Amino acid sequence: MGFSGFRVIKEALTGHRGWGELWRNLEPKPEYDIIIVGGGGHGLATAYYLASVFKTSRVAVLEKGWLGSGNIGRNTTIIRSNYLLPGNQPFYEFSMKLWENLEQELNFNAMVSQRTIINLFHSDGQRDAYRRRGNAMHLTGAGGRLLSQEELRGIAPFLNFDNARFPIKGGLIQERAGTARHDGVAWGYARGADRRGVDLIQNCEVTGFRIEAGKVLGVETTRGFIGAKKVGVAVAGSSSRVMAKAGMRLPIESHVLQAFVSEGLKPTIPGVITFGAGHFYVSQSDKGGLVFGGDIDGYNSYAQRGNLPVVEDVIEGGMALMPMLGRARLLRSWGGIMDMSMDGSPIIDRTHIDGLYFNGGWCYGGFKATPASGYAFAHLLATDTPHDTATAYRFDRFARGHVVDEKGVGAQPNLH
Amino acid sequence: MLIPHPLLGLRDAQEFTYLGDASLMARPDPDQPDAEAAFADYVFLRDNPAGVHRELWFHEQGDRSWLVVTRNTVTHEILGAELATDVARRGA
Repeated sequence: MGFSGFRVIKEALTGHRGWGELWRNLEPKPEYDIIIVGGGGHGLATAYYLASVFKTSRVAVLEKGWLGSGNIGRNTTIIRSNYLLPGNQPFYEFSMKLWENLEQELNFNAMVSQRTIINLFHSDGQRDAYRRRGNAMHLTGAGGRLLSQEELRGIAPFLNFDNARFPIKGGLIQERAGTARHDGVAWGYARGADRRGVDLIQNCEVTGFRIEAGKVLGVETTRGFIGAKKVGVAVAGSSSRVMAKAGMRLPIESHVLQAFVSEGLKPTIPGVITFGAGHFYVSQSDKGGLVFGGDIDGYNSYAQRGNLPVVEDVIEGGMALMPMLGRARLLRSWGGIMDMSMDGSPIIDRTHIDGLYFNGGWCYGGFKATPASGYAFAHLLATDTPHDTATAYRFDRFARGHVVDEKGVGAQPNLH
Repeated sequence: MLIPHPLLGLRDAQEFTYLGDASLMARPDPDQPDAEAAFADYVFLRDNPAGVHRELWFHEQGDRSWLVVTRNTVTHEILGAELATDVARRGA
């Protein structure tokens, strides 16, 4: 049954007894056409688009824990398409367009809120760089414009404009950017996939791949062998661990990224704001908490928690940007494991093993990419050709020298 | 995290800059016929284990030595540290 205003009223009048579960809890079948490993945002979106756009039947999603238990439930919920490079920007703009119609398509409230993002600049050189980025955005129709300091003062008067070291000169705004409810996105895709016949199998960890003569035949799991014609792996955070079971080494290091939320406050921050002189970004959730984060800790980690030096660094960035932050109390902080790739960009590609496909390397920008990532991965799985906006995300780009390096720092994952 | 520097004792990890897997010390031989492929693997591919990891840390705000630190990436427990020059001399 669909969600609607009418139904909310009906359920309210009948004691909310008719809602039911959002998806079925199924036992795995012996065989599928396509298995998606990983029931996070990207895996669920892939399954949804496989079923809805590419009309693929006999699809299963295998998840080792519960659906949405990885980074889709741990991120800072920002959606935007303000990239620079031609390999990236069309992809993220495609994602933005899918976000804009996501709730109508899924009939699910993902709380997509286009409340804008503003990237602040602090020098003439940085203004020029952001002007260039804005022009690159316009090439894909993503919008965006430069804000003068005066305009910015009207929007966000609480910023520390006259900081002696990093005065705020203005910002690059993308009005269509904003936030979405991270869990809601996973639940919406899961429900949408389930309603189109995808089997969502929880508590089913993939322990190995069955590969014969260079072709994948299926996956070994904690619930037995499951056969498949094609296997798509979308397990960002655990990519190296899972692909090692297929004998692959990846251009990825795992790093921990911390995030923070303050106590609930009255509405104060109009959209998403990022500091241009350090690494700090902040938005305000609908519950009122200031949601913010900064740099990764910078060393290989699979622990979903970080260390204090980076906590201090992030808070310092926040205090330099908006000193009023010091009056708020920190409610909690947490960490998630990022697939930090060698050029800061993701991979959506076939592997050298026939029938085995990979989606990962999202660094700490995977959430905004969820719809396009799922769509492009479904496109690749269904048609064996990359989606038009994801042609740059190949495994061999590193060896061939066609890296997609937004920051231009080279093969040093902790700098991306 | 505190890193047990072999010369200076326990030092705050903040004094160090992290580079990555200690296997980066073993550069491929550029004169071999497969050098191009070997360098692509060397530069871009990593084992990235969950568990014990040997890694290079540079004591940038200290004695500017390179250390090979053995650390558990799941628990952040540091199991040992030695001078990278000692490791190189030993050939491991």
